[in-house]
Amino acid sequence: MRTATVAVPRASMIDDDVVLTVTGLNVDLRTPKGVLRAVNDVSFEALSGRTLALLGESGCGKSMTAKALAGLLDPVADVTGGTVVLGGTDLAALTAKERLAYAGPELGIVFQDALTALNPVYTVGTQLGEAFRIHEGLSAKAAKVKAIELMGRVGIPEPESRVDSFPHQFSGGMRQRILIAMAVALNPRLLIADEPTTALDVTVQAQIMKLLRDLRTDSHMAVVLITHDLALVAEEADTVAVMYAGNVVETGPVKEVFGAPHHPYTRGLLDSVPADVGRGQDLTSIAGSPPELHRIPDGCVYQSRCPLVQDICRAVRPALEPDGAQRAVACHFSEELAHV
Amino acid sequence: MSRPPRNDTKLPRGGRAVAPPGTEAIALPRSESVADKKVSLFRLLLKDRFASVAAGVLVLVGLTAVFGPTLMGDLSTRQDLGATNRPPFSVSDGWAFILGSDSLGRSMLARLVVATQTTLSVALPAVGISLVIGSLWGVWAGYHRGWRETASMRVADVIMSFPSLLLAVVILYVFSPSAANIVLILAVTRIPIYLRTARAESAELQSRTFVDAARTFGARPNAIIRRHVIPVVLPTLLTLATIEFCYVMLAESSLSFLGIGIQPPDVSWGLMVAQGRQYLQTAWWLSFFPGLAIMITTVAANVLAAWLRIATDPAQRWRLTLPRKRLISRLPVKEVL
Amino acid sequence: MSDTTPPVPLLEVRELTKNFHVPGRGNNVLCALDKITLQVGRGETLGLVGESGCGKSTLARTLLMLERPDGGSIRFDGTDPFALTGKDLLAWRRRVQMVFQDPFASLNARMTAGEIISEPWSTHTTLYPSKKAREGRLRELLQIVGLRPSDAGKSPQEFSGGQRQRIGIARALALDPDVIVLDEPVSALDLSVQAQVLNLLNDLQHRLGVAYIFISHDLSVVRHVADRVAVMYLGRIIETGTTEQVFDRPRHPYTAALMSASPRLDVSDTTPRNRIVLEGEMPSPLDPPSGCRFRTRCWKAQDICATDAPPATGSTDNPEHIAECHFPLLPIPVTDLFARRS
Repeated sequence: MRTATVAVPRASMIDDDVVLTVTGLNVDLRTPKGVLRAVNDVSFEALSGRTLALLGESGCGKSMTAKALAGLLDPVADVTGGTVVLGGTDLAALTAKERLAYAGPELGIVFQDALTALNPVYTVGTQLGEAFRIHEGLSAKAAKVKAIELMGRVGIPEPESRVDSFPHQFSGGMRQRILIAMAVALNPRLLIADEPTTALDVTVQAQIMKLLRDLRTDSHMAVVLITHDLALVAEEADTVAVMYAGNVVETGPVKEVFGAPHHPYTRGLLDSVPADVGRGQDLTSIAGSPPELHRIPDGCVYQSRCPLVQDICRAVRPALEPDGAQRAVACHFSEELAHV
Repeated sequence: MSRPPRNDTKLPRGGRAVAPPGTEAIALPRSESVADKKVSLFRLLLKDRFASVAAGVLVLVGLTAVFGPTLMGDLSTRQDLGATNRPPFSVSDGWAFILGSDSLGRSMLARLVVATQTTLSVALPAVGISLVIGSLWGVWAGYHRGWRETASMRVADVIMSFPSLLLAVVILYVFSPSAANIVLILAVTRIPIYLRTARAESAELQSRTFVDAARTFGARPNAIIRRHVIPVVLPTLLTLATIEFCYVMLAESSLSFLGIGIQPPDVSWGLMVAQGRQYLQTAWWLSFFPGLAIMITTVAANVLAAWLRIATDPAQRWRLTLPRKRLISRLPVKEVL
Repeated sequence: MSDTTPPVPLLEVRELTKNFHVPGRGNNVLCALDKITLQVGRGETLGLVGESGCGKSTLARTLLMLERPDGGSIRFDGTDPFALTGKDLLAWRRRVQMVFQDPFASLNARMTAGEIISEPWSTHTTLYPSKKAREGRLRELLQIVGLRPSDAGKSPQEFSGGQRQRIGIARALALDPDVIVLDEPVSALDLSVQAQVLNLLNDLQHRLGVAYIFISHDLSVVRHVADRVAVMYLGRIIETGTTEQVFDRPRHPYTAALMSASPRLDVSDTTPRNRIVLEGEMPSPLDPPSGCRFRTRCWKAQDICATDAPPATGSTDNPEHIAECHFPLLPIPVTDLFARRS
């Protein structure tokens, strides 16, 4: 058997415990033009056994949010407000040293480019075993055994013979599996995946997403998936938080948000997808481009491209308000849009 | 047979250019237009205190080299055997002896000034010649690859495998140690530095996409080298030249120290250090001041080179323009992976 | 875009083969292109689909004469460009141009946008001999691609990804080509910007009648822009046909797997979707499988697939819908292929 047909599960998962609560997160960035707010008042929740997608285009601040959660911000960026509560502890209030205890056992992160995220001069076995040596105090030998087991868990064939290979000897898909293995080594409660499949071919992407799904099911992890790919969100995520220019503009269950978007930006994104437009016809595109960091306007961040813009949008920035049982949206005219 | 093209798998998404690490996804404010670039380089220099001071020092040294000897007249050669080895920092003998006098009663200050011209007139041409020859050769070899590259690298290896100082000693001993010979020998031994750097950068550049784009509309190799390779390689080479300037100056000083560099009655900093060697216990200033001059010039050139490296690279320039970090922040930040 | 009768091919590629020598022990011949055959008509868009390592970039480079083929032929309007030299070769180069994938790397960061777009004219000096003519044409090109005349003096860092891609398109248009090869032109762009650039390309094709060879791994984009599609795998074209034929009724298992693996933006149905998940990864081009190259990942593979190379066969209803397979899939719609379980 060369392939397997797999049902893409859409039924609800068990274990809906709140694992991560982010409230009012602010990240400031020092740039040549002064100190600018890159992530503004971002709030969302991640539940165990579920996938939350942070959806947005480049420059919206989703990657910076992820790095802020993991404590990996560049020196020019600082968290200047808000709380990040993981399992009862506010990560934002910890010192770097205290945080070290969390990376691995509580929080795992998978990056986009596996080749640069792996150290080229250490074997894969050494890098995989590192988590065990640091957090569980295992010897190098015992850590290697664990590493082999981990490689098998993520579907790398013949792990015993490949544990001493170097990252460049693996293909892109395999490297991404190794990265995922490193992130889930200690069964963390939360896994942050920052564009994990963007650099991979679509058939390999299908394999990797299946792997992430299986791992999530087995260990009831909460997954925060950062991506720009709407179709990926539609298939893999349970809830979505749409970001634009550093702000969250809409949240809710994926089916509801994509089926009936209540924010003009979400609506515009969905319309831009070329899927069903006939050939030769123009696609609906959102005019203009996102504002630069130092030109984010007062009032609504989306005002320069929004077809519904009014004076109030320029004056008052809409807050993220609840919109129905599980949704929230930041728009003055979400009611009108909901009934269109 | 050509090599297979780089296999670019899907690129990460991103609509922004040259962003600082960790902020790739953020829409950074756009930089100034090309018209402002030349002006802004100067302003950028003024922003960095160390680099400005270094540039100022080098300008001062340059001016001294050009105008100094004329101003000093014959003060540097006028011997006064009744005033030998005067200590510095006293104006009792007039301002000319502010830095003391040497073993023949000549003004240290004047000699230092005149030596500036000699030292620079050896160091600058040497650097210039090796820069031009090494760079052009390296760029050509790196662009064309193949046997041209291999042959050039072997020649560079041969030159580098000779201990340069030893080679200089031998050559200058056999032929007369004139300033021209010194310049020549220093230039030749330093050519491989530029050759290798230029070749490496050129080889990397010729596989870049914008060079491919130029090839698609049929541009000849020389045009491509002129338009695309040299402008990109030049900043690196100029930075290298600035550092090499220090080395060449020190090499000339070493040769003079050994007695096969600049010969009296000409004077260079290295020669002054050499001449003061036997008086280190009694008249420390004879070697100290020329040594200090060498050190200050070398340090200034190095500082400027470091600044130049960043300032001439459009991708790195933002580092020089950031506001200062506040001492108190919510979360201690770490280096991005 | 084009009408349905097959146009006289503007570009005809027959049995094109390209090998690379990779340094190292053992087998070091990399067969990047293995007897590629395809055609592009005037004003038509041919979509080239495949994953990384399939050879589509090599094909693009060979069509632009950045690589010399080791076998086969290319005929452009009847002429073999590889037989040309000197001025004729230079003149031929005008007719095929390329838009590159990476909007950052394809533009020299030390030149201004205006210099980048006008660079082709420094080589083809007879086109716009006077400075005035060049400036006029530059203004026209900037306007055609949706940029402002004042943008000519800016350097690439000052533009967004979508705008840089417009600069790249303007540069490709500078020599008035007949065919433009676009190598993943929108892959590095955001979704909203992607739509703008695709609309621009569509508009340009209507206005100028230029043909496109559109290389992409993104099936939804290819479906939107292409009239005909060729699917590549490990250096071979394993399926060709019109877009509807290939995407809606794929005959080759790999095409079906590609269609299945692409996530679909469809939240309306709630039942689980059957998906073909291929095992393993694409074999190394240095050591391709014998017989059919896809057999190591194909669920329909039999013994014959290892011994005999599969023949290229057209389907009974549509002879121009060609697939290289011993056991091509039955021509049923792809929606039925991945039948929903209730």
